Amino acid sequence: MIDQSVDTQQKTISIQMGPSHPAMHGCVRLDCELDGEEIVATDVTIGYLHRAFEKMAERNTYNKVIPYTDRLNYVSPLINNVGYVMAVEKLLGVEVPPRCQYIRVIVSEISRVCDHLTCLGAGAMELAAFTVFLYAIEARDMLWEMIEYICGARLTTTYTRVGGLTHDLPPEFENQMRQFFPKIRELVKDIRWLLEKNRIFTDRLRGIGIVSSETLISYGVTGPVARAAGIKYDVRKTHPYLVYDQLEFDVPIGEHGDNLDRFLVRVEEIEQSLRIVEQAFAKLPDGAVSIDDPRIFLPAKEKVYNTIEGMVHHFKLIIDGPKTPPGEVYFPVEGANGELGFYIVSDGAGKPYRCRVRAPCFPALSALPEMIRGHMIADVIATFGMLNIILGELDR
Amino acid sequence: MLSERDAVVLLRDTFGPAVISDHEFRGDVTVFVHRTRIIDVLTFLRDDKRLLFDMLIDLTAVDYLHYEPETKAERFEVVYHLRSMATGARIRVKAPVPEDDCQVPSAVALYKIADWLEREVWDMMGIVFTGHPHLSRILMYEEFVGHPLRKDYPYNKEQPQYTIRERSTDRQPVWVR
Repeated sequence: MIDQSVDTQQKTISIQMGPSHPAMHGCVRLDCELDGEEIVATDVTIGYLHRAFEKMAERNTYNKVIPYTDRLNYVSPLINNVGYVMAVEKLLGVEVPPRCQYIRVIVSEISRVCDHLTCLGAGAMELAAFTVFLYAIEARDMLWEMIEYICGARLTTTYTRVGGLTHDLPPEFENQMRQFFPKIRELVKDIRWLLEKNRIFTDRLRGIGIVSSETLISYGVTGPVARAAGIKYDVRKTHPYLVYDQLEFDVPIGEHGDNLDRFLVRVEEIEQSLRIVEQAFAKLPDGAVSIDDPRIFLPAKEKVYNTIEGMVHHFKLIIDGPKTPPGEVYFPVEGANGELGFYIVSDGAGKPYRCRVRAPCFPALSALPEMIRGHMIADVIATFGMLNIILGELDR
Repeated sequence: MLSERDAVVLLRDTFGPAVISDHEFRGDVTVFVHRTRIIDVLTFLRDDKRLLFDMLIDLTAVDYLHYEPETKAERFEVVYHLRSMATGARIRVKAPVPEDDCQVPSAVALYKIADWLEREVWDMMGIVFTGHPHLSRILMYEEFVGHPLRKDYPYNKEQPQYTIRERSTDRQPVWVR
């Protein structure tokens, strides 16, 4: 006997992806409302990885905030380090020596390559191309080893300081790095071949996740996702910082704004970043890597232990922090996923009164529901992977 | 091409007393605007053909609790960072918000990203955005008490324990169609 009272008219079902889901890169919850296999609406829940970066930054002196910035985008921590200290330097009104600027460019670009490799590898793995993941991780590990060689840690780098760097590059760094370039290029070429000629992979990316460039601008999306849609915006070109205006590089621009273009833009950006690193090595000047101002930058250990002034400066910087002029600054850098900005309000003390991160993932994820609307549930994985959501900077 | 300074002059000409003051620090131009006119100002900045500040880079708020009343008349300031995709110009618009009447009109109709950013400001600072379609917590959980980025919220404050939600009382999803 069939129960006639059962409502068979219900058209949509809702399913939940995450918070703990292999393709959610950490903890994000997507509630998708499905009509058959087609997504009609999505609700995104974030905040599972919130660690109160902005609150903790208000309690620490300017230099003590730097380790917290490692934990924002933990795949490219050096860009966060650079972006944060440059915001503080803008507040202080100081400029770091040329060698420091070049080294900051080098480490930023190495980090960008790591980030893109992670995105490509993980994104491909989620679409069942597991070999590519291993290739990408092999290339990324070479670079992480080099980062470890610089500062002793692969992820928790804390390499920069307000007014400079902790120390210079290791002596053999350039030669070792140059040996890695052909290997990384070879691996990236392999990744490209494995994926671009892979019918399954390209079919799952092509034509998926398209939104108009007006919508992307309204959402504030920047970085590779915006450039894949033809928006010509790269902070390194439009608001040059460090020595990016003296280096030659192209900004790849996509046409369609689908996931395939996002993938291709990232692959091309890896090559451009390697180009920048090579040029920076060729132009790397000699000299100091930090400003010589004991009110901002820690004095050398010999001075601390042997002179009274050095001791006092060291003590004042550690306990009180550098004295900053009251005011507010916003400083953007090009993070791996887009514009990474730090907004710092100072009341004149050695601690930030307010430190706000403009994380590039936040707008990108808020645009996700529009990107996947009308697509299949399986396309969520591809789109999410190609947005490269890093939970650390999303939830801060 | 109009510079940020010209934008300030244009704003003063158009809105008169609604523009409270402006200043420039390290190349960043800041304009203070009355919160009642903030949507008009943002609309003008976005749509005027000479300005075209069409990207809301960031929306946040600052709690000036520890400032002297002479320097900061109101406790909160809502901060809008705008960028023009056409010219590359950047401008910062600030709207002071008093403590006893914590509300600002919502900019959701102007910028889609304002949806999430305003939810975050409400979550962290407790500033209400009137006209926001579903102002709910975004980084914190629903049962969280207080607004953690306010200066009078101690960094080590403990939250009351809450029972695990029943499915029926679960948060209603905010469907983005």
